[in-house]
Amino acid sequence: MLAGSRSDSLKDSSLGVSPSTVHQAVASPSCGEGALLVTRSSGYHFIVPGFGFLIPLLLLMVVVFDAPIVYMLALAFWDKAQGFTLGYYGDVFEAPVYLRVLANTVRISVVATIVSVIIGYPLAHWIRGLGRRAKMVALALVVLPFWVSVLVRTYAWIVLLGNDGLVNRALQWLGLVQAPVSFLYNELGVTIGMTNVLLPLLVLPLYAAMARVDDRLLQAAASLGAPPSTIFWKVYFPLTLPSLAAGTLLALILCLGFYITPAILGGGRVPMISNVLDTLINVYPNWGQASAISTILLVVTLLIFAIYRRIDQTTSTK
Amino acid sequence: MSDIRLEGISKRYGDFAAVDKIDLAVSQGEFVTIVGPSGSGKTSLLSLIAGLQQPTAGRILIGGRDVTNAAPQARNIGLVFQSYALFPHMTAIENVLFPLGVRGISGSQARDRALEALRLVQLEGLGDRRPSQLSGGQQQRVALARAVVFKPDILLLDEPLGALDRKLREQLQIQLKELQRALGVTTILVTHDQEEALLLSDRIMVLDKGCPQQVATPAESYLRPVNRFVAEFLGSANFVGLSDGRCGLLRPERVRVASNGEGKAARVVEAIYLGQAVRYHLETDDLGSLLAIAPFLDKAFAKGECVVVSWDAADLWPLA
Repeated sequence: MLAGSRSDSLKDSSLGVSPSTVHQAVASPSCGEGALLVTRSSGYHFIVPGFGFLIPLLLLMVVVFDAPIVYMLALAFWDKAQGFTLGYYGDVFEAPVYLRVLANTVRISVVATIVSVIIGYPLAHWIRGLGRRAKMVALALVVLPFWVSVLVRTYAWIVLLGNDGLVNRALQWLGLVQAPVSFLYNELGVTIGMTNVLLPLLVLPLYAAMARVDDRLLQAAASLGAPPSTIFWKVYFPLTLPSLAAGTLLALILCLGFYITPAILGGGRVPMISNVLDTLINVYPNWGQASAISTILLVVTLLIFAIYRRIDQTTSTK
Repeated sequence: MSDIRLEGISKRYGDFAAVDKIDLAVSQGEFVTIVGPSGSGKTSLLSLIAGLQQPTAGRILIGGRDVTNAAPQARNIGLVFQSYALFPHMTAIENVLFPLGVRGISGSQARDRALEALRLVQLEGLGDRRPSQLSGGQQQRVALARAVVFKPDILLLDEPLGALDRKLREQLQIQLKELQRALGVTTILVTHDQEEALLLSDRIMVLDKGCPQQVATPAESYLRPVNRFVAEFLGSANFVGLSDGRCGLLRPERVRVASNGEGKAARVVEAIYLGQAVRYHLETDDLGSLLAIAPFLDKAFAKGECVVVSWDAADLWPLA
């Protein structure tokens, strides 16, 4: 019935009925068809004038986005032979390989995020202090990788970091190392590649937060007698901390789903969860197992997102 | 508490002088106001004294100590900005405690001093609020408490009341004056508001394009300005040609407006009722337009009416 009345509203709006008419028709108790929506609208206030215009988009979202997710979640509970099963989840927790990959993924993600913060925070701070023109150039250089495909960037790292690559040749020429350092096809390479992708995502919001810190606050702190280190830790850092926390968590969430970078720079030796999913689906066709692992990944991601929202809310209420 | 001496202070950007060779001596406990139109260099001068900028020439002495190149931290100055510059992530009392913590004062002693400072600016009980939960006037008073709590040698105020509405500003002006007297702290205030300057200061320095025009008491500056700029900046002014060819200042409140009698004939172009007084824009035959402010007693002259204006010769102040 809900779906029926929705499609009716859709028809209404496509006939050019004004949004308020749709709203009235839906909200009027005498209109039998809208009865279900009335109770919902009084409960959730989600029917507003113009709601009818949103329905095509909503339908699209439900059909191409929500339905597949629900289907994907359901796959883990269904076996062709047995019907309903919890076996796939059981396998995840029994076969140590899956948990190891999950732990591996979280560890690499945390390391890459921390490295991004260690590089990104000082970088954003440095950009804040630059002159107008230099600032534009620096920001452009930070944003530039955004416009280059991740694939291209990742292969560029191979050129740079390979045994005969630019970095190793420079190190050997300088006499710092005798044999080439293996940057590629290990966790180091994956971390470098991921950090490169994450950096602009972290630097831009951090820079925005830092630019919002009023110079006069820092001047006031100085005039009140605070030495530079106190000004930084007691005034500047606390004011940028919410953005740093939010940016860090967002970066971490993104890390968990990385596929291309570990696939190429890890050379198959550093499996992250997305690569395992790829193998499960494309090599073994084990959709049920893949679904169970995806669900666990989704839960982990949602947990981190919940923390992010918490931080975001406490800062926006200040 | 100390005196301040500026000796030939300049701040140049290439050919442009934001502050041009300023000498000023402010004695212990004195309240000096720097006034001027925007761009006159008054805020630059304050930044130089506070150490937020370095002068290109000259010396700054606070309490006899040369602080020309000292960092702001080393000057022991209380500074209040027009924008308040309160730390938004701290409560009011944490803001006031900040300069004490920096000086290694903590615990109950610091808390007592912070509460005392908040009481001085009449903000008892609001210490636990964040700046965003306080009104503009309250925020400015927190900023003031923060600037005096550590007993600074001097207090610098940069348009501290500029962002407040008129009524609140008048209240705070009186509070500010009382606070400054009670603490006896040497104070320099920067403002573009000539009324505020006249009301608060022991002495006024009028700046124009980075150059000091006059440093004198409010009454002296108002009644005996050294030039036309000062005369026009502090209050309204009529300029009357004198017999010796010089230009004479005639303040509008010195002009008598009568229906008949001795004097010059004039016509009322506009009569504006101000409550306690009436402002007349007059047109005279030989002096051109003339501004007069007369007390409102029973009736005022109407627009278009013909009147007679007169003044005492002693009320004409000859300008250089």
